[in-house]
Amino acid sequence: MQTFYSDLLVIGAGLSGERVACEAAQNGFKATCLSIVPARRSHSSAAQGGMQAALGNCAKGEGDNSDVHFIDTVKGSDWGCDQEVARLFADAAPIEMRRLAAWGVPWNRVVPGQSFYFKGGEKFEKYEKEENEGLITARSFGGTAKWRTCYTSDGTGHAVMCTMDNRCAQLGIDVFDKKEAISLIHDGDKCMGAVVRDLRNGQLEVHLAKATAICTGGFGRIYKATTNAVICDGAGHILAHETGLVPIGNPESIQFHPTGIVPTDILVTEGCRGDGGTLLDVNEERFMHIYEPEKAELASRDVVSRRMTEHMRAGKGVKSPYGEHLWLDIRHLGDKHISTKLREVDEICHHFLGIDPRTQLIPVRPTQHYTMAGIRTNKDGAVYGLKGLYSAGEAACWDMHGFNRLGGNSLAETVVAGGIIGAKIVEFLKGYETTFDTKSINAEVKRQEERIHDVTHGRNGKLNVYEVRNEMQEALMKGCFVFRNKEGLEECVETLHGTMEKARKVGLVSDGVGANHELAAAMKLEGQVRLAMCIAQAALMRTESRGSHNREDFPERNDAEWLNRTLAYWPEGADMPDLQYEDTTPLFELPPGDRGYGGGKIIPADEKYVTERTVKSPVTEIGKKK
Amino acid sequence: MGRQLKFEIFRYNPERKGDVPHMQEFILDETPNMTLFIALNRLREEQDPSLVFDFCCRAGICGACAMVINGRPGLACQTKTKDQPGHIILHPLPVFKLVGDLSVDTGVWFREMYAKTESWVHTNKVFDPVKEEERMDNSVAEQIYELERCIECGCCISACGTARLRDDFMGAAALNRIARFVVDPRDERTDREYFEVIGNDNGIFGCMGLLACEDVCPKGLPLQNQLGFLRRKMGITAMKQIFRKK
Repeated sequence: MQTFYSDLLVIGAGLSGERVACEAAQNGFKATCLSIVPARRSHSSAAQGGMQAALGNCAKGEGDNSDVHFIDTVKGSDWGCDQEVARLFADAAPIEMRRLAAWGVPWNRVVPGQSFYFKGGEKFEKYEKEENEGLITARSFGGTAKWRTCYTSDGTGHAVMCTMDNRCAQLGIDVFDKKEAISLIHDGDKCMGAVVRDLRNGQLEVHLAKATAICTGGFGRIYKATTNAVICDGAGHILAHETGLVPIGNPESIQFHPTGIVPTDILVTEGCRGDGGTLLDVNEERFMHIYEPEKAELASRDVVSRRMTEHMRAGKGVKSPYGEHLWLDIRHLGDKHISTKLREVDEICHHFLGIDPRTQLIPVRPTQHYTMAGIRTNKDGAVYGLKGLYSAGEAACWDMHGFNRLGGNSLAETVVAGGIIGAKIVEFLKGYETTFDTKSINAEVKRQEERIHDVTHGRNGKLNVYEVRNEMQEALMKGCFVFRNKEGLEECVETLHGTMEKARKVGLVSDGVGANHELAAAMKLEGQVRLAMCIAQAALMRTESRGSHNREDFPERNDAEWLNRTLAYWPEGADMPDLQYEDTTPLFELPPGDRGYGGGKIIPADEKYVTERTVKSPVTEIGKKK
Repeated sequence: MGRQLKFEIFRYNPERKGDVPHMQEFILDETPNMTLFIALNRLREEQDPSLVFDFCCRAGICGACAMVINGRPGLACQTKTKDQPGHIILHPLPVFKLVGDLSVDTGVWFREMYAKTESWVHTNKVFDPVKEEERMDNSVAEQIYELERCIECGCCISACGTARLRDDFMGAAALNRIARFVVDPRDERTDREYFEVIGNDNGIFGCMGLLACEDVCPKGLPLQNQLGFLRRKMGITAMKQIFRKK
């Protein structure tokens, strides 16, 4: 068996993983990245919108600064984020965008003079200042007070990913693709690296490192309908979680998007509705105005997703071989609008549905989109429970998103957190020497070899991997989606108990030889069901509605009882997660208040609790004015 | 009720002892809006879990699922079955090393390409975090992005006559990559330095001008224009070098 050694082993080579690796390599450490796909295929590259950073260069971004960005982020999180982390993020974001520009990102730039923009189908004009010509410009995104989202045309994630991967090549970082980490090597105290399966030939390898960082993105694929790439299957979370020592932070905090196309759940932009597109039911009748008379289709992501689900439950969904859906109608916007302002939507309809949105309806349904949930770390990115283990990006619950993530903040988080956490890892590596005990390594390799042998030979049972996986995905769709209530969640937990039993008894149909996919799916199945169970159980316990977590039976945001973060541990041999709670944030720059959108009642927190933790900050005053 | 589709898929697992390359037939009922992404996943999950193929974003953004579809390289995720005949023949991309069945190793090929082209901005400037960003004309930024849209699917390489004859030909993707840095004012490399990399038969002068690269590019990149642009530029550079020697 081959053994590789480095100072820092990064599992996942998307934007956050490669950014962390760059920081270590720039400081003279040997960094290795592992990825199940070539780095540029990472899900980071699918992000089209942009990255939020308060540069304030463009006309509609004037007066923006990191305080305003901080406020938007905290409000967006529905006061579920760690405010120290949100502050670190907002302050560092502009510097990181400039650094990316120096490394090669072709950010769109300020063009001086008059130009036009659309808002809610209406045309407005703006003037860009001569003196700002050529500086990084920004576009508008939902939930922000200023135009703050830096972008490169319609391919921000792709462009930044190219630059980051180039930077890795320049720094001589080994980025190995088609490698999947299948378990962490640890001695109960410190992490020493990982056992890795080569997805070219199926061989196992050992990767040892002084520090290990998990940067594997989200786990949307445990839901049936998700906008996530097929690689976003939670494998990284499972590595950490199954040690029994590491908690998943806020597992109930999952974001949904109203308009994924059916059947493949590719996202069509909210711009469709923003520009005047409507949602129709099975009778081709509008319905959003019945539920939301004022905002109708323009209500926030979560609200629209909820209403769509409600309407389908009322029997108004369109039946299809891929399940029920509704229609998005943009026919009335006309050829000119569709071929210019909504070109991307036009292309998606053409390439993936074979329909013309000028004359035909687009099949859509609410779809899992983002996991604010993740491997719980402290503000340095160090994972709770194991020394030398770090996490960054969507994989982590670093926790700047709390219970709802703003558009443009996730892509920015990948590189900003990658930079901050990379620097902390460098600090750690500078003062750290370790020994690798062969006993732990050999024991872990042997355990994995046995697992592979057992599942390949059907030693534990012969249940079908894909059928059991489907059962899990459907249980989550049914009980743990945009709407949640006690009965649904209890049923979900019970179903998942059964699924867990089955997941332990799967056996391969194929021989598992070489680059076998069925084996890869089988190896992570039980871990996926554990994650699903954490979501359902944590959602059942959290008797309030906050951000993306919506309880029909508890519609209020309850700061008196639930101003905290769920930590879901999975003790060895257990059948249920062990849920613990910690304070949401050690301090308030911005004390809990109204977000200004989404409505809903708030049960206030204890005044003394808030006052004791509130620190003096320029934000306190700005925040009050809003 | 839709059609019944007949798939004929290339099968070979190099890790399985005694396996020989062969074609295997599958039958699948067509459903509305079916793409090859849906079809292949159904085949693997319902009929033969040993089937090897790659998908990642399944949205035409990442380039993972390139394969030869009825004789033509393309992305499986954005190929709708209704645009294909009832008999669909699938092969892996040629040129790249075969991993198994429809999966090939594009990762190693492209990483070697980054090394050959030194695919990063070459500059002596050091980033200063407290300074304002260096300004750039927006039209230049857009021009760079146009060339950076390559998703490294490998279709252009697979469709390239020269690449199929010679292992060391860099191909349209690599030449497009060089063009991206040539237009970037941040990159301080001179034409002579670029000439060292691509001014030979492995590079710009190896192209036979068949231009299939652009025909099959799923992103519609202007690969022919870039070839022409670089060839002129390198031709001039070569002439200058000849005269300088005299």
